[in-house]
Amino acid sequence: MATEGNVLELPKESSWYSPSKLKHYIGVAIKDYPVLWLTILFVVLIFPALTAPWTAPHDPLKQELSKRLTAPVWSTGSEDKPPSWSNIFGTDKQGRDILSRVMHGSRISLMVSLSALAIGGTLGTTLGLVSGYFGGWVDHLIMRIVDVFLSLPLILMALVIVAVFGPSFWTAIGVISVLLWSRYARQIRAEVLAIKQMDFIARARVSGASNTRIIIKHVFPNITNTLIVLATLQVGTVILLEATLSFLGAGIPRPNPAWGVMVADGRDHIASAWWIAVMPGIAIMLTVLSMNMMGDWLRDKLDPKLRQV
Amino acid sequence: MTTSSEVYKEPEKKIGNVVLEVRDLRTYLYTKWGVTKAVDGLNFEVREGETLGIVGESGCGKSMTALSMLRLAPKPAARTVSGQIILDGEDILQRPEPEMRFIRGQKISMILQDPMTSLNPVYSIGNQMVEALGMYYQGEDNKGLKGRAVDILRKMGVAAPERRIIDYPHQMSGGMKQRVVGAMAISGTPRVLICDEPTTALDVTIQAQYLRLLKQVQADTGVSIIFITHDMGVVAKMCDRVAVMYAGKIVEQGELRSVFNNPSHPYTKALMASVPSMEHAHVEKLYSIEGQPPALFDLPVGCRFANRCEFADAKCLEAYPPMFQDEDGHTADCWRLEGQWKKVAEATT
Amino acid sequence: MQRYILIRLIQSVFTLIGVSIIVFSLARLSGNPLDVLLPDEADDETFERISELWGLNDPWYIQYFTFVKNASRGEFGPSFKWQGRTAMELVFLHLPATLQLAGFSILVSVVLAVPIGVMSAVKKGTLLDTVGKLIALLGQSLPSFWLAIVMIWIFAVKLGWFPTSGRGGFDHMILPGIALGWFSVASFMRLTRSSMLNVLDSEYIKLARIKGLPEWKVIWKHGLKNAAIPPLTVFGAIVVGQMTGSVTIETVFAWPGIGLLALQAVNARDYQVIQAVTMFISVLFIGMNLLIDILYAYIDPRVRFT
Ligand SMILES: Nc1ncnc2c1ncn2[C@@H]1O[C@H](COP(=O)(O)OP(=O)(O)OP(=O)(O)O)[C@@H](O)[C@H]1O
Ligand SMILES: [Mg+2]
Repeated sequence: MATEGNVLELPKESSWYSPSKLKHYIGVAIKDYPVLWLTILFVVLIFPALTAPWTAPHDPLKQELSKRLTAPVWSTGSEDKPPSWSNIFGTDKQGRDILSRVMHGSRISLMVSLSALAIGGTLGTTLGLVSGYFGGWVDHLIMRIVDVFLSLPLILMALVIVAVFGPSFWTAIGVISVLLWSRYARQIRAEVLAIKQMDFIARARVSGASNTRIIIKHVFPNITNTLIVLATLQVGTVILLEATLSFLGAGIPRPNPAWGVMVADGRDHIASAWWIAVMPGIAIMLTVLSMNMMGDWLRDKLDPKLRQV
Repeated sequence: MTTSSEVYKEPEKKIGNVVLEVRDLRTYLYTKWGVTKAVDGLNFEVREGETLGIVGESGCGKSMTALSMLRLAPKPAARTVSGQIILDGEDILQRPEPEMRFIRGQKISMILQDPMTSLNPVYSIGNQMVEALGMYYQGEDNKGLKGRAVDILRKMGVAAPERRIIDYPHQMSGGMKQRVVGAMAISGTPRVLICDEPTTALDVTIQAQYLRLLKQVQADTGVSIIFITHDMGVVAKMCDRVAVMYAGKIVEQGELRSVFNNPSHPYTKALMASVPSMEHAHVEKLYSIEGQPPALFDLPVGCRFANRCEFADAKCLEAYPPMFQDEDGHTADCWRLEGQWKKVAEATT
Repeated sequence: MQRYILIRLIQSVFTLIGVSIIVFSLARLSGNPLDVLLPDEADDETFERISELWGLNDPWYIQYFTFVKNASRGEFGPSFKWQGRTAMELVFLHLPATLQLAGFSILVSVVLAVPIGVMSAVKKGTLLDTVGKLIALLGQSLPSFWLAIVMIWIFAVKLGWFPTSGRGGFDHMILPGIALGWFSVASFMRLTRSSMLNVLDSEYIKLARIKGLPEWKVIWKHGLKNAAIPPLTVFGAIVVGQMTGSVTIETVFAWPGIGLLALQAVNARDYQVIQAVTMFISVLFIGMNLLIDILYAYIDPRVRFT
């Protein structure tokens, strides 16, 4: 039965197997319809990232001390500071509007993750291609370097680098790309090794194509699916990493409204003003969740072999 | 071990009573594309010490038939929707699932097609054999079970079995692995042994040795064999009776001689025509029939072979033929036999 | 087998050299290493001692060998922030707390992830499988520091079931353990599930059933040992993930482990301690991976005998 591994939906009327409604809907929402994650992605990440300067209700940096620690609009709030529609998600210790900060935070997350992916992804892909294609000592060397980077305690290294250079937007991107490239290199190398065995590579070689040409014309097109899936799945990881670094004070510097920074700001007030930490956390979670769903979906569509990435 | 230099004598055959009787067996697969009727109303029986061959093209449902007999068709897709599998007078489809453990391996056993993948790579073959034997001979100690394992391996022609028993599958050749798989299959002294293309993956000389071993085992133990293959040559060597399967159905069935001398279904004829002569048959495969069998989830109403049959007419496209039988008990499903042979069953679709 | 271990050993040594080069150069990234190695307030005497310890007046390659020599003896110099202690002493002082927490959370994740992963493969497509997938998806999407804060808020502050922070009895371990293990539960479960699905499709599982083995034996003996191989290969990464993850979790819970030590050292620019921690964790990770590869060979005879 090693035939079409495609398994297999039972007809609805079969009596011994009646899927519960709940399960059915969860299943459909997760797997079959990209609608769910597309919506989340758009609402939480893409729309605010693109339009925050115009659509955010307040300036994310503007402090209004009279309004400090206002509760979100759906909660009861306190006597002297009733919740207001002006600050839907409430305000923080300095009276800054949480919603506006979360929206601007999307912008930061998107920018950091795209830049880091571009840099780390390009570096890793190139090295992976070279390593897999040429083999021999080049391969050994690159793979040992990959090993080194995979054995370093990443967050700690990031902290150290930031301690040396000081926190900034570009340090964060640099640190994350440095941490990212090794995974790319390893995955792409494995893929290239498999492709190298195929007939069309041998044919191209026989017909006298140069290595560069073979890599660009024959190998690269065959790893694009992997690249797309890998990138999508990594966006989530990168956003989490950036948030963690920012939370630890080693990512995006204050007073920028990075999500991780906001959670850190809210940490000490969790008992009295939970919304400061909770709202940006939900934004992180939803973004990463939808990116992962998108990655899974793409992987199933593009390349079921990648199940383990 | 039987080597090719020895003069090989056919072991004597003793054929007894019916052991296994399959009646109207239907196993359907519920797939995305619809209901795949992989096994669609099979009827056959096997006697003690007899070998029944099941031949047919790839994808016609042979393996699904075999697995259905053990109630191991892949769940949840596959479901045996009707039929009876009567073993020693009792329908095993009626047994509760937990009891199947005592039937699998001990009443009905099976050798799978690919020796390279059918042994678990992370356990030694001794471990894998003793584990099974432990169930068949409950209460026996490990040493006794090991002794049994060694004996059975020797019987299946494994040289120096007491040393090989600690080996892992990857340390053995394909032929050797298939012997181990065979040893496992007979270790529960089953009444029926299903061999699902056991030699397809082996090279020709090893193949012949393996077939001889099976015959020897059969002569020694009286086990009934259901031999699945798509190689007519192997059928000619191994089997007492043949069932020809096409698109989920048995289209012709009878004594080996009778079917080979007088193939009565056009599909069987085509199969025979693709084998040049019985002597050199094992090197030839079939597959030289034009056209494609119908998809099992989208079967025509009429005869399933009609689209490839040179004799097909309007009637064949309209209705599936009933089963006809000649005086030797040789049966076939073909409209062209109407009037010549006796009709024994209505069309079953 | 010996050959395989030898090769892995040599590779590990190379990795170790690479790590040491990186840790060595980090302190020298910004020009004068003393700027990094010592905080601004350091007095002249400390200045002298550190210069001498690392041979800072020598050419850089001699400096590197001095570094390696010192590091291999566990000699990373005195801590600046924690007066009177050496960096390595501090690491060992904080190690038990981290090991306790990481051990607990790994235990929890394995105990949770393996059965759920196996069962959701076996019961593929059922409600159980869907729930498993949901957990896996959530696990990979929740930022652990946030989860930690929210758990403190709900279970420690509001409900008062557990202490909010610090190290102490078993109840102190629950919240940080879950926060730390959450992510690895998810990735472990996913891997176990997908590798179990592959295994369940195999011929030897079919054969095990044909032999008449009871279903639990088919799955937990024949299935799991094969299915364990891919998750095992990432086990090292997960363990080290726990170690680095402990930086965040230990900070949030004020858990006095290596992670907290590292963060405090970074904030105080106590570079002797930073070097010690970084090298220590890397060595631990490399050793762990070596161990896992040997274990892997033990599970998979195809590796063992070649
Ligand atoms: N797991 C499965 N899911 C869906 N369809 C299946 C599955 N396994 C088998 N089938 C279908 O069932 C039919 C019968 O398959 P089966 O394996 O019994 O064929 P076979 O006669 O043994 O072929 P072969 O000679 O290639 O082994 C085929 O059409 C196949 O496509
Ligand atoms: Mg088959």
